[in-house]
Amino acid sequence: MKYKLIELADVIRSKNSGPYEITFDIIFKEETMFQKAAASGVFNKKLFADLYHLKEEDVISVVNFPPAKAIKATIVRPMASGNLGEADVYGAQQHGPMLGIEFEM
Amino acid sequence: MEEIRILSPTAILGYGFPESSFQAALAKNPHVIAVDAGSTDPGPYYLGSGISFTDRAAVKRDLALMIPAALERKIPVIVGTAGGCGADSHLQWCIEIVREISKEQGLTFKMATISSEIKHDDVLKNMAAGKVKPLHPAPELTRELVDQSTSIVAQMGVEPFIKALDMGAEVILAGRAYDPAVFASLAVKEGFDPGLAIHMGKILECAAIAATPGSGSDCMFGTLRKDHFILEPLSPERKCTTLSVAAHTLYEKTNPLILPGPGGVLDLNQTTFTQATENSVMVKGSRFVPIPADQKYTIKLEGARRVGFRTVSFAATADPIMIRQMDKIVEGVRARVKSNFNHLDEKSFFLDFKIYGQKGVMSMFKGLPPASEHQPAELAIIIEAVAPTQSEANTICGFARSTMLHYGYEGRISTAGNLAFPFSPSDFKAGEVYEFSVYHLMDVDDPCQYFPIQMKNCAKGECHEI
Repeated sequence: MKYKLIELADVIRSKNSGPYEITFDIIFKEETMFQKAAASGVFNKKLFADLYHLKEEDVISVVNFPPAKAIKATIVRPMASGNLGEADVYGAQQHGPMLGIEFEM
Repeated sequence: MEEIRILSPTAILGYGFPESSFQAALAKNPHVIAVDAGSTDPGPYYLGSGISFTDRAAVKRDLALMIPAALERKIPVIVGTAGGCGADSHLQWCIEIVREISKEQGLTFKMATISSEIKHDDVLKNMAAGKVKPLHPAPELTRELVDQSTSIVAQMGVEPFIKALDMGAEVILAGRAYDPAVFASLAVKEGFDPGLAIHMGKILECAAIAATPGSGSDCMFGTLRKDHFILEPLSPERKCTTLSVAAHTLYEKTNPLILPGPGGVLDLNQTTFTQATENSVMVKGSRFVPIPADQKYTIKLEGARRVGFRTVSFAATADPIMIRQMDKIVEGVRARVKSNFNHLDEKSFFLDFKIYGQKGVMSMFKGLPPASEHQPAELAIIIEAVAPTQSEANTICGFARSTMLHYGYEGRISTAGNLAFPFSPSDFKAGEVYEFSVYHLMDVDDPCQYFPIQMKNCAKGECHEI
């Protein structure tokens, strides 16, 4: 069955984790859907590398955090926060590509 | 002590809190009022320039309530990362605010100030000894980057706070501190489990942001016992739920299960979150794993360097013919700037066009497809120039703006001017520009080594070193 992430998640957000990383949080609405999504293997380094046009080694980690029904991914920031060319110092508006995630489970 | 009770009034000193919440928290007899006053989130400018990102009057308002309340109850007030970044200028700014409060309210107290600015020579010496390593993914540190940094701060753990408490400090103002340290220090000093104390500090650090509805400007209360801690908001409209507290544990962290800090790692693999009452949550199982005996205690260094001066111009367009070929127009304007100032080294200035409505917000990721297939009706454009002097930045920005205003792109039918300016003047001098230059770990022999403590007697605005 095909799912749209935006229908399964309560929170989809991005934020700096220090000046050199951006971290993404997906918090699911339902425990069962979180468990299914976490077990499906859909949320892996390749998914985030493809979404943000990164090399897979620049996706630092993808971790499940069951107490929050959350999947969390952290990437190398393409530039340090506030460097010349910056458009989002806090990294708080980089979640857009995740809103379109659709996947089969 | 059976339990230790901690009041976190606000997410960042100066963000404020309702007096009703604060009074409700005081009625629960806290053992300490602690607050985090800083962050690297607002970017490198504040550390580099020595200016606070929080407002002076707002910081004074918060402290003017916290200090007398604590003195009356004979409990300490602890402020970490004073002035937003914790360099000496930030700390001094905060000390001056506290001195004013002491004078205006006729208060007398013992104040400890803990400096965290580290001398460039000390960093270079440690670098030479191989004791400084980049915090992945920051780049390797060079002598040049150290020399260019205006100030470098080191992040202290709980140890300097414990020392200041042992010295009898009633008010502690500290430079750059690991966020949970202000909340965890008294508990660790009293022998409570450091894993639980630090995890509680990690959540209290953002005050009521960990409640639902969340707020950065409301109080949160923590009660630490032998094998668990309880978190509760003070405002009746908020609740701590297992989800709100667990979700906050994710916030701004690389990995929510393993959280490195000064002297060890916080391991949350066994942590459980349980709803204790309707509005409070109990947390158990968080463990602190100290660094192995054969490894050194490390402190985090942060620094920023000046890279020039900035001028920006705000403009917009609603012309569909122009919008369609914006990339080409930007390239054309760039080429004109380059040829007009060919006597300048191209590397001596930085010119950027932030095109909002077309990949503006996400421009740091190259090669992303547009978020929408539809051509936007309007585009906002920020022209930005950074150059070695303000006057050169003004020149480059002004020339790029006037060139874009009258640029003859293909198919142009609106020949009076390409840009709508909301303001006169159209260009804004934004002043000094900084970038992060240091984000590294340094081995130390003693956790207090680079954090000297000064004790002062403050009596009605007169502060003298003891």
